[in-house]
Amino acid sequence: MATTATGTSPFTYDHGHAHVDDRSFIRKYIFSTDHKIIGIQFLIMSLTFLLLGGTLAMVMRWQLGFPGKPLPGGTLLPDTYTSGGVVLPEFYNSAVTMHGTFMVFFAIMPLLVGVFGNYLIPLKIGAPDMAFPRINMASFWTAVPAGFLMLAGFFVEGGSAAAGWTSYAPLSARSDLTGVHLGQIFWCVSLIVLGLSSIMGSFNYITTVINLRAPGMNWFRLPLSIWSLFVTACLVLLAIPVLSGAAILLLFDQTIGTKFFEPTAGGQPLLWQHLFWFFGHPEVYILILPAMGMASDIIANGARKPIFGYTSMVLAIIAIGFLGWGVWGHHMFQSGMNPTLGTTFMISTLLIAVPSAIKTFNWLGTIWKGQITFHVPMLHALAFVSMFVIGGLSGVFMAASPFDIYIHDTYFIVAHLHYVLFGGSLFAIFAAVTYWYPKMFGRMMNPTIGKVHFWLTLVFYNCTFFPMHQLGLHGHMRRIYDPTQYAFLKDLQPVNTFISISAFCLFATQFLFAANFIMSWFRGEKAPNNPWLDNGLEWTLPSPPPHGNFATVPTVYRGPYEYSSPHSDEDYIPQNVPTPGGGYGSPHPQHAGD
Amino acid sequence: MAHAAAVQEDVMLPPPSRAPGAGVYSEKLGMWIFLGSEVMFFTALIGTYVILRFAHPDAWAGHPKPHTPLNIPVTAVNTFLLICSSVTMVKAFAAAQDGIQRQLRLWLLATVLIGATFVGVQVYEYTHLIEHGFVPSQGLFGSTFYTMTGFHGFHVTMGVLCMIYVTMKAFRGKYTQADHRGVEVIGLYWHFVDLVWIILFTIVYLI
Repeated sequence: MATTATGTSPFTYDHGHAHVDDRSFIRKYIFSTDHKIIGIQFLIMSLTFLLLGGTLAMVMRWQLGFPGKPLPGGTLLPDTYTSGGVVLPEFYNSAVTMHGTFMVFFAIMPLLVGVFGNYLIPLKIGAPDMAFPRINMASFWTAVPAGFLMLAGFFVEGGSAAAGWTSYAPLSARSDLTGVHLGQIFWCVSLIVLGLSSIMGSFNYITTVINLRAPGMNWFRLPLSIWSLFVTACLVLLAIPVLSGAAILLLFDQTIGTKFFEPTAGGQPLLWQHLFWFFGHPEVYILILPAMGMASDIIANGARKPIFGYTSMVLAIIAIGFLGWGVWGHHMFQSGMNPTLGTTFMISTLLIAVPSAIKTFNWLGTIWKGQITFHVPMLHALAFVSMFVIGGLSGVFMAASPFDIYIHDTYFIVAHLHYVLFGGSLFAIFAAVTYWYPKMFGRMMNPTIGKVHFWLTLVFYNCTFFPMHQLGLHGHMRRIYDPTQYAFLKDLQPVNTFISISAFCLFATQFLFAANFIMSWFRGEKAPNNPWLDNGLEWTLPSPPPHGNFATVPTVYRGPYEYSSPHSDEDYIPQNVPTPGGGYGSPHPQHAGD
Repeated sequence: MAHAAAVQEDVMLPPPSRAPGAGVYSEKLGMWIFLGSEVMFFTALIGTYVILRFAHPDAWAGHPKPHTPLNIPVTAVNTFLLICSSVTMVKAFAAAQDGIQRQLRLWLLATVLIGATFVGVQVYEYTHLIEHGFVPSQGLFGSTFYTMTGFHGFHVTMGVLCMIYVTMKAFRGKYTQADHRGVEVIGLYWHFVDLVWIILFTIVYLI
């Protein structure tokens, strides 16, 4: 390999030096400024919240599948949560709210942006660390108290927030409506604090990608994972402050008696929805773009072919980033918004299908006639593409405002959002975690357990979420405590029971992943530097890479997708290796723009 | 920014061991990007104000004339002070570029003092208004007034704190003609906060 961990760095400008690491334990692993450690810290934090969010989903599924039956272990919970073991409606509302909040803000978003933004950006662009390592550390240590604050809601009087993860006002603003006062306040404060963390992270990522790329790492040689994280960081930077602003207004309504969302005093409940979804829809792309980017890297690697249509992939990422700002109204077709405005939002939403379709066909084009290696990350990445297509197509249904009238606030929506968030984002996260695990921890995950986990997850996931489309089309509303109270939903109860049992199996399957993750950390087979024969710069480093990453600044000669190149005897050429036959660059049409 | 500044910046750039970036050093680029996020934050607050005011003009009846609860002349003077602090900031940066330590310290100190005065006058204004019964729970006008001016005041306070840190560094001679990134970066933030105030003063007090 061209670089090793020893030797002194010629690199004087930045914070990273590949010298002997003499930092104390606390500086190295707890208050670390090393982007790799911060990435791993985010990984542990967000996987914990993923587990918590999943547990709350199990509570909901128990109540929906077996309404009125005592929850196993339910008697252990306080009387304000369960009565004789049966989940109380208040606890159900709280579980719905906190499941959504944990999954969106504390699991999927940090998993994608916090973990892989941190871990991959400096390694893949050939930088020693982030542009602002201390702000990066502050970003993590701001996210942690935000998480604890959100959790604290469960332990205060009135329980946690219960107005849904979207916290629609005035339900969320007035404690006489939900019976929750402190919990709602914690929700707002926690998200404001988490917003600070996200903003610190995002301007760091953007600056790093712009200013710290290694020589030769032109914009059009960046891996798609970095492109997507870059555009995502731009979305986070501009969308999160709007949420913070909205949460501050809501917090003031709750605490000091302002009247922003209070209709009796002239406030506008619809204003909350506009502000929330103005943030919320870019947020949707924050949750899928990094998944798309990382899946692109993994699919090209698994197919042993250059990514199909690199430039169009980049442009599609940018197009999604732009269009994502003009579609928030499609969450509000039934909110009393002007119907003419609804048509505008319908058209802009349908437009997003175009770049998404470009990406999907490019993935298919990449796999086409490739010599596919079905390693575990590749399996997850392929599942990501197929599940994203299902979720994307149901999204086109819902974008059509006439159809939305019928399925608005039903389980069709729940099915759709889980197809993109679980089927899309989470499969890509499984792909990414299993792919970069060897680099992070220096050990391989067990591939057999990985494959069992993958197949069981795929099957149970579809058994859980696909029937929800059917429920929704039958008019089964979301966020309902006991569906059997309505005669027209009683016939659907067997479907609900089936979904619940599948969901329990899906949840149980995730313990395979957890066990594999923890066991491999200590007992896994030692990982080579480049287990997947990938071209990215991070694979030229030892596993795990040393503090400061690159002993000498790498020079980049080509894009990251040169698999099966006729210019090499191997079927891959790392980005920092000069072309064997001499010459600069490659015949692959990637612009040396900049 | 003067042309001289653009020439000066070269010395603060990283050595050419990197791919071409934005052409400015990371701290400055990062501040510009961060300010983009601040723009969105204030846009959310200002947008809320505009929407509520258009929807309920009656909540602002009598404002700005003849019956506004706000003391416009005092705030106009305060606005003038804040604009002056942007001038002193520019002078501080110019002194840093010329490497004149004494001037740098004095102008930074002046900026800190004027900034702190601005916050002080705002606190005085708040107590005065609250004594006269104009409180945040006073309908839409009170809600929006305190939220917008309050968050601006919070930003000025943060700016003053950072400015104190920069001034202390300046007194220890940490900013040279070759490298005075801290002065320039805090200056960007300071001018932004000033600009936001000019917009807020106009839409909250004057119209």
